[in-house]
Amino acid sequence: MLSSVRSLWMVFLKMFKKRVTIKYPEEKPYLAPRWRGRIVLTRDPDNNERCVACNLCAAVCPTDCISLQATEDENGRRYPEIFRINFSRCIFCGLCEDACPTYAIQLIPDFEMSEYNRQSLVYEKEHLLIDGMGKYHGYSYYDQAGVAVGVKPKGGGENESEPVDVRTLIP
Amino acid sequence: MAKVFIDNIEYEVPNGKNMLEVALSLGLDLPYFCWHPAMHSVGACRQCAVTNYRDENDTRGRITMACMLDATDGTRISINDQKSKDFRAGNIESLMINHPHDCPVCDEGGECHLQDMTVMSGHNYRRYRFKKRTHINQDLGPFLNHEMNRCIQCYRCVRFYNDYAGGKDFGVFASAGRVYFGRSEPGTLENEFSGNLVEVCPTGVFTDKTLKKHFTRKWDLTSAPSVCHQCSVGCNILASERYGTMRRVMTRFNGDVNGYFLCDRGRFGYEYVNDEKRLTRAAQKDASSGSDPVSSVKAHIASRPKMIGIGSPRASLESNFMLKRLVGAENFYQGIPSNEADVINEVLRVLREGKVRTPSLKEMEDFDTVFVLGEDVTNTAPMMALGLRQTAKTLPKQKAYALRIQHWNDAAIREVVQDEKGPFFLATGYATKLEEVSTSVYHGDTNSLLKLSEAITNEIRSGSGDNQSGGFSHQVAQALLASEKPLIVSGTGMMSKSIVQAAANIAGALKDAGREVGIVYAVPEANSMGLAMLGAAGSLDDAISRVNNEKDLTAVVLETNLFYRTDNQTASDFLSHCHKTILIDSMENECTQEADFILPAGTFAESDGTMVNNEGRAQRYYQVFKPNNDMRSSWAWLDMMINQTEEARPYDDIIREMLEANPALEKIKTLAPAADFRIGTQKIPRQTHRFSGRTSMNAHVSVHEGKPPVDNDSPLTYTMEGYHGKPPSADIPFYWSPGWNSIQSINKYQIEVGGDLHGGNPGLRLIEPNENGITRFEVNSAGNNSGRYEVLPSWHIFGSGEMSAMSPAIEKRIPDVYIAVSDKALEKAGLQGADKISVRHQSATITLPVKVDNSLPDNVVLLPYGFKDTVGWRFPFKGELERGV
Amino acid sequence: MNETLAQILIIVGVLLGTVTIAAGLIYVERKMLAVWQQRLGPNRVGPFGIFQVLADMVKIFFKEDWIPPFVDKKVFVIAPTIIMLSVLMSFAIVPFAPGVVVADLNIGLLFFLAMSSLGAYTIVLSGWASNNKYSLLGGVRGAAQMISYEVFMGLSLMGVVLLAGSFNMTEIVNAQKGMWFVIPQFVGFVIFLIAGIAETHRLPFDLPEAESELIAGFHSEYSGMKFGMFFVGEYLGITLVSSMITVLFFGGWLGPAFLPPIVWFLIKMFSFILFFILLRATLPRPRYDQLMSYGWKLLLPLALLNVLVTGAVVLYNH
Repeated sequence: MLSSVRSLWMVFLKMFKKRVTIKYPEEKPYLAPRWRGRIVLTRDPDNNERCVACNLCAAVCPTDCISLQATEDENGRRYPEIFRINFSRCIFCGLCEDACPTYAIQLIPDFEMSEYNRQSLVYEKEHLLIDGMGKYHGYSYYDQAGVAVGVKPKGGGENESEPVDVRTLIP
Repeated sequence: MAKVFIDNIEYEVPNGKNMLEVALSLGLDLPYFCWHPAMHSVGACRQCAVTNYRDENDTRGRITMACMLDATDGTRISINDQKSKDFRAGNIESLMINHPHDCPVCDEGGECHLQDMTVMSGHNYRRYRFKKRTHINQDLGPFLNHEMNRCIQCYRCVRFYNDYAGGKDFGVFASAGRVYFGRSEPGTLENEFSGNLVEVCPTGVFTDKTLKKHFTRKWDLTSAPSVCHQCSVGCNILASERYGTMRRVMTRFNGDVNGYFLCDRGRFGYEYVNDEKRLTRAAQKDASSGSDPVSSVKAHIASRPKMIGIGSPRASLESNFMLKRLVGAENFYQGIPSNEADVINEVLRVLREGKVRTPSLKEMEDFDTVFVLGEDVTNTAPMMALGLRQTAKTLPKQKAYALRIQHWNDAAIREVVQDEKGPFFLATGYATKLEEVSTSVYHGDTNSLLKLSEAITNEIRSGSGDNQSGGFSHQVAQALLASEKPLIVSGTGMMSKSIVQAAANIAGALKDAGREVGIVYAVPEANSMGLAMLGAAGSLDDAISRVNNEKDLTAVVLETNLFYRTDNQTASDFLSHCHKTILIDSMENECTQEADFILPAGTFAESDGTMVNNEGRAQRYYQVFKPNNDMRSSWAWLDMMINQTEEARPYDDIIREMLEANPALEKIKTLAPAADFRIGTQKIPRQTHRFSGRTSMNAHVSVHEGKPPVDNDSPLTYTMEGYHGKPPSADIPFYWSPGWNSIQSINKYQIEVGGDLHGGNPGLRLIEPNENGITRFEVNSAGNNSGRYEVLPSWHIFGSGEMSAMSPAIEKRIPDVYIAVSDKALEKAGLQGADKISVRHQSATITLPVKVDNSLPDNVVLLPYGFKDTVGWRFPFKGELERGV
Repeated sequence: MNETLAQILIIVGVLLGTVTIAAGLIYVERKMLAVWQQRLGPNRVGPFGIFQVLADMVKIFFKEDWIPPFVDKKVFVIAPTIIMLSVLMSFAIVPFAPGVVVADLNIGLLFFLAMSSLGAYTIVLSGWASNNKYSLLGGVRGAAQMISYEVFMGLSLMGVVLLAGSFNMTEIVNAQKGMWFVIPQFVGFVIFLIAGIAETHRLPFDLPEAESELIAGFHSEYSGMKFGMFFVGEYLGITLVSSMITVLFFGGWLGPAFLPPIVWFLIKMFSFILFFILLRATLPRPRYDQLMSYGWKLLLPLALLNVLVTGAVVLYNH
């Protein structure tokens, strides 16, 4: 009972504190670099698409608002044929960014994307793909991954030895 | 029963198992790689390590492999003690040293046994800092993708491909850390069962190349339990879809039929479903009336025209039944030529009236002696051939069992068996692949095969026979008589009624001699048996002659390409003689140009239905997805025609009507749960609980999400909503269990691993042998004898199937068309060195490149069955050889 | 004639006044909550956002007034009007200033208790008529809560009645000329305050509509102006309970003469309204069983004791 009264008093005193409200849009708020806003697809240092269409972002998405279809170029390098985010469903939770094994999908400090027409909130790959590396510089997934898809020869990745010669007799 | 202790809990388990099987059957999680429920233990991967204790006072125990530990009375192990846990974690860490960092681009990712086992063992951080070994990959043909970097050397692939499926062009190379699984040089994997490597490989070394083209993760697939439509065996499959196209086919375990495996035609032959030539919209030739095609068809039917119906062996029972109902029993014809129809009807008669039982595919493996008469099983019923390869090992294996080697001890058994084969005899028109496992073979034309079988029958009946003439018949007869469980295999491959009867006579003689004999027939198509069981007024030939004599007939052609079933002239005459033609089919073909009305039928992916396989087993298949066009089950179109309605009645109403009209099919009533089946209050979802993109897949069309399609025909839903536990065995849309994302989760659906599914394997046999049945059948003599050469069909797993041949991956494996003759025959005809030769039969001639096959008898000529150039020929026929131009 | 005219004026004045105050509370509550939460609150519509009320009203009038197909239609429509009616009726006996009272009944207090009991029907009926399990649960909770707190709400006032010797509201106010009843009847005041909150099902006693568990409870299915009636009904309830506290414990219009009596009344009343809002800004919602046991096991004995002691003191002084 007393604690309730004390709480009442403390809340009452808040009357005299400074307001925390920022008067957006007259005043723009500070957005941290890791702010979870509009989602983009980035490119690797060689300016290739980072996305390898692994579907993990789509799988982890709690609102199921990401859909994509994988395809391959002539070397077998996988990329998304379509990549669609329905921002009218997105809750900007950032789980897709967490799940992404290639740093392709990133959330950036931009939230001003209101539309009068909900259909305009459906972003296709051409709307999502940017010409840069976003927050993570210098990372290229295919340098690490043990597949050769025209980016490097077999065994040419980081921490990889030359391909085995299966015909050698040396033990 | 044996009493075993696992982590100090006592369990009663059946005898003759190993501890890994026991633990998995009890629902305990124990990791493994090299063990496979169909291929058993070799104890190579060291992953199922457990601690084995001598007795309850033993506190130290010793590490041992559960898969190599017999589950005898008093066996005491611990799965969860720290010592074995550490061992397993250390082991998997070593296996992962060279595993590449590529799960995101690996097709196995998300259904990878290695991923599951790594998580289960608790290894999650790479400590090894040195370089990873790499391998060069091989191009393994249109079916499989090869990525050797991912290999963990479990040896399952060679054990399956070489030892189980009898492959010759695959192996293991090099030693130590360089071990390599592949071909000696890059090239197509030739074995008919190579696709199973996708499921056998615990990780992504072998992946499905057709899936790779439109890759989708397992959790994103909408799947339904289905039945393979590519041959008569009726293997159970899981068919999966996303974005409106079929993505892949995987094995659906059925302990009575295909078990864990599928043939490549079944696995990769689904692609025609996505073909550009699919019929998607109802259409009419004469659009001047202005009404839409469907109403036009209905109006035409409502005007009560004289109708005939052409049924189809690739359409479901329901569709054929509804057609029969629409046109009337006296106007319903089987959509196959009379020679084929007669043979299939004879097979049905033998199975129904005969005394000999036809075993299921699984049961075939328990027989000990095999005699194949006139059938190229590998190409007409591939999975049956895989079964027969196991049958060939029945007797040699018993030698190993006699040495007290356990049934599951694969390496030891192989050591004993070596290359030994059981009594296995083939008498065929041409050399077939099963000769690899045979004791002795005989090649001959139809008449000599008939003579041979007569000799065998006589010898079995009399006990003594002619052991002078070549000795083959004597050898076979004695082997069959010596056997406890002989199996006679035949089929419609030679298109000869007499062969069917001759095989039945051999089996009958053995039955009368008190042997536990089985007889198996391969029939041409998925529902050939079902169509025969429904009964018809005649074959396609009867329909053709009726159209020629009667005018004003409306033909309703159900899933039949007349230009495939008969020659072009006859087919186009048929179409032009009909007053109107209503075509219900799934693919654009020569008929669609001529038909007055076209109603697009669903393939197995877009329709519900029941099929009857060669054994007489009725199996239900479910629609995988609702396409965004006019396609629907053929029976649904026919129902709309009959009742003049906008929507068809639900599937269960059709079934009820069919069973009322056909009491012989009675059992189908309990084949699968009815559409109102619920678990609690829930239906069974076709989508996994992780299905992604629900709110985005169709957002480009409209951001407003519509109501998902409703399934009134089955207890399954098209969405992820519903009961996510284990459904009834007939309705399993995908295999998944917590921690078991790969196909290995089948374990969790079985009563005991490798055994039957909970609730029994799906499918019900409609034909049981008649205890007082016939054991002697009158053998009709073979047809006319004009002409010197008998032309037989040669069957091809890739090419002889009407629909599968239209799938791009299969198309690449179809051999060039040919006429096969032996050198002797060429010499006899004076055609040595000819590139092309012609076969003349009456007025018709066919000219094709020569393929010399010296295994052929010199009076036999082969033409591939069902190829574009050879359709319309009625096998077997007598012909003359000429130099082709 | 003049007397009748004056009476009509008073009726119209009270009606308009209370409804306006209630409507204004929409803004006041939002603003005050913001103030106590270090926010700005409504600040976009007009200076300091004071036209927010207008905007809200325009909005709520133009909302689709949808009646779900599964509801009991007649009851569904009637239910929200009951709360408006019963609360407005109660205002009839509130003396705002000397002579400014619609009906100076000699059983005024009993009339108030009777009317506020009627308010239970609105919750029960709307919860029932909505044909929705959340609404029904809200209705059941509302009924139990209001009936329980009704009991000692009445009991807590008995002390006042004993001291004043009358049920007539004007006489009760006049009886406080020497001392506001809040001093001799402090326990009664506290109990009445708590019961009052429970009667108006305001936070922390808003269990019938608890958003987090019952998704708005009894008025889940309501929209448009029907929802508006619940909304305004609640603010009218707050106003009424605040007026009653003022009248019964804080000497009504009484106060130093430099301000007119009606102003004193309004000042006192608004303080309590603000206190109600402060409560909402501060206290969390108790569990339902806590609410019930708090009522029956603590407040009821306390109220009875209060009556006993007051009675004894009054008898002794007599």
